[in-house]
Amino acid sequence: MNNNIALECRGITKTFGHVVANKNVNLSVKRGEILSILGENGSGKTTLMNMISGIYFPDQGSIFVNGTEVSIRSPKDAFNLKIGMIHQHFKLVDVFDATENIVLGLSGKKFNIKKAKKEIQETCDKYGFEIDLSKKIYDMSVSEKQTVEIVKVLYRGADILILDEPTAVLTPQEIQKLFAVLRRMRDDGKAIIIITHKLHEVLELSDRVSVLRKGEYIGTVNTAESTEQSLTEMMVGEKISLDIDRPEPHDTKDRLVVKGLDCFNADGVKVLDDISFVAKSGEILGIAGIAGSGQRELLEAIAGLQKLSGGEIVYNDPKTEKAENLRNKTPIEIKNLGVRLSFVPEDRLGMGLVGNMGIADNMMLRSYKRGKSMFLERKEPKKLANKIIDDLKVVTPDANTPVRRLSGGNVQKVLVGREIAASPTVLMAAYPVRGLDINSSYTIYNLLTEQKEKGVAVIFVGEDLDVLLDLCDRILVLSDGRVTGIVDGRTAKKEEIGLLMTKSKEGK
Amino acid sequence: MLSFLVSAIRLGMTFLLGSTGETITEKAGHLNLGTPGVMCVGAACGCFVEDLYLSQTGLYADPVIAVLLPVAAAFIGSAVMGLLFSFMTVTLKVNQNVTGLALTTFGVGVSDYIISQTGLAFQRGSKFFNASFSFAEDLGWFGELFLSHGFLIYLAIFIALLTTFVFNKTKIGLHLRAVGENPATADAAGINVSAYRYAATCIGCGISGLGGLCFIMNYLNGNWEYCIDAIGWLAIALVIFTVWKPSIAILGSIVFGGLYIANTYITGFTIQDNELFKMLPYIVTIIVLLFTSIRDSKKNQPPQSLGITYFREER
Repeated sequence: MNNNIALECRGITKTFGHVVANKNVNLSVKRGEILSILGENGSGKTTLMNMISGIYFPDQGSIFVNGTEVSIRSPKDAFNLKIGMIHQHFKLVDVFDATENIVLGLSGKKFNIKKAKKEIQETCDKYGFEIDLSKKIYDMSVSEKQTVEIVKVLYRGADILILDEPTAVLTPQEIQKLFAVLRRMRDDGKAIIIITHKLHEVLELSDRVSVLRKGEYIGTVNTAESTEQSLTEMMVGEKISLDIDRPEPHDTKDRLVVKGLDCFNADGVKVLDDISFVAKSGEILGIAGIAGSGQRELLEAIAGLQKLSGGEIVYNDPKTEKAENLRNKTPIEIKNLGVRLSFVPEDRLGMGLVGNMGIADNMMLRSYKRGKSMFLERKEPKKLANKIIDDLKVVTPDANTPVRRLSGGNVQKVLVGREIAASPTVLMAAYPVRGLDINSSYTIYNLLTEQKEKGVAVIFVGEDLDVLLDLCDRILVLSDGRVTGIVDGRTAKKEEIGLLMTKSKEGK
Repeated sequence: MLSFLVSAIRLGMTFLLGSTGETITEKAGHLNLGTPGVMCVGAACGCFVEDLYLSQTGLYADPVIAVLLPVAAAFIGSAVMGLLFSFMTVTLKVNQNVTGLALTTFGVGVSDYIISQTGLAFQRGSKFFNASFSFAEDLGWFGELFLSHGFLIYLAIFIALLTTFVFNKTKIGLHLRAVGENPATADAAGINVSAYRYAATCIGCGISGLGGLCFIMNYLNGNWEYCIDAIGWLAIALVIFTVWKPSIAILGSIVFGGLYIANTYITGFTIQDNELFKMLPYIVTIIVLLFTSIRDSKKNQPPQSLGITYFREER
């Protein structure tokens, strides 16, 4: 056995109830190597990593660290084996500062914040992290929080680092910074495992790639010998086209004209600042920006869920040819005006669907006003639910299973399916593919393109710039609640958008 | 005026014990609405043991044991209530609010039963509890105000200060706060969330229970009254009033104590006015809640996962 191997898993199996999350998975990572783990959503990547870091315990199989079999029963055991995990959802205490978060849970040493701070600073200097150790987490940006997470595991002396989708929330520039740090750590002899969806990142960063599909281990390949196409085939198990069909828009009319929108949030902070743009029928307008730059507020403003302090939203009704001002109207008033906005909120279960209700009942949430008798009309929603299940290939026992029990991708399909079924003239979708696997994502992209072809004005808020550039006709970039640019989706460069995304922040 | 302040301090320290205990529990993420019941049980256990001890020893009771024994009994009795709460919410993962309210009803019932065994008079025991420095009387108003109190009053302040120190300056405190803020984070950092929640809840309940005993022995001079649960609710209100800081609670509790008894010291009120006066602590709490929520200061917020049961493998 090669004694350069830092971590090895053999025959790992884990089930949750009837769901098999991991089945007979084998994996190994060497020191001084970056290993990517690739797989669609629900393929068990995170579950596998959680077993290595001690959050879950495997039902079967064994884990070897530096050649000896180990039993990792808690995160503490993982630390002792020098395994550190950077979770997708940061595990940080908001009201603590960076230092307090880093020393949290540390045992053995005498409790001395000042001394710890000095040592942490040394770790930071060694790998080139820039961070203010006295800053509270709630004041930090996403990338700063991630830095704290990485410094935390390094400070604990981790030799095996696991990063769960670290790039999902970063701008292209921040991603490059992170990659530089990861490469430096690799050269320092650390074993690094990185989980990601993004194929080009896999190809750019890692030395080897292990692929999981539906909880099963498919194989490991050297990155140098693979391409995006070959990796996708391993992941999905079949050939699929990676190109998004983007027909030229035709017969475009100004459907939604937004002028000088201002909006303050509950704390009196200006979240939308003088936003102006036009959404045209028959085209997809993309909205790019770092999470929390005002995307949510903007969509909510159009949907009538936000109180505005200035500006107007003019909607040109295709039937009556009349211009209506949507400002400060309630969602129901907007509907009564004949204005049809379909809204796919960011937080699927929070705002979009009721988790404990079945698909059919969730369909009724949109249509209950149409019923004529005083009792609920169940037939139509049920029909619609079954149609969505068939059309979008939703995996569910039946239409009455609570949507909470479906996987993220299936929940999203239900939500998008319902909104499209209302045959809207303006369709707004915020992060509709968040957490979806490649196949489902492309189903959603095709649905949006289909709507665009029907003459719907589609507004698409996305986080993956590559997808935005492939899907959208025009892309509006938000930064700190301002529009920093509207670019053409066919000609714009990724770096250009990346710069626009951080523009006004650096200007401060 | 002086007797008003002395009473306010004695009642205040009852609140302080109750709220310090509740704060420790809440910092670990447990919203224990069972505190009123816990304080009832604490008072009843303490009184019961005191009664037992004094009837065993006859006239020659040891003044130190006569205080420490009931205190230990009150602490243990209430800690058992905390254990029950933890078992329900941590191990069985029952909703905390439901468990807490059930515990309050249960605790009141238990204490009523225990007291039905002993009768309502504990004046003899109360003398031991109110025993203080003999030189206090020579120091005029200063001695009366600050040095005339019994052991439990000073213990309350000591516990509040100690708790503040532990919260802010020790590793245990850091871990405890992490468990209450974000148990998943604490868990991933290798902290035993269940152990911290069990321990904090039991210790917290034990301290709250001392508040009940303090109320009967130090404030009511050994005359049992069936209103300890009302004191318990105010103790919970005090936790919010002092934004989860036991050090502020030392002063806050005296304010609460003063507000609660002000009606009996100001003459010329009708019964209706008296009842209005008794509402004051609650009104003040609501106002404080209003202010903390309007200001949206991240510093003065309740622990983030307060009231949320933690389940590691939840998907």
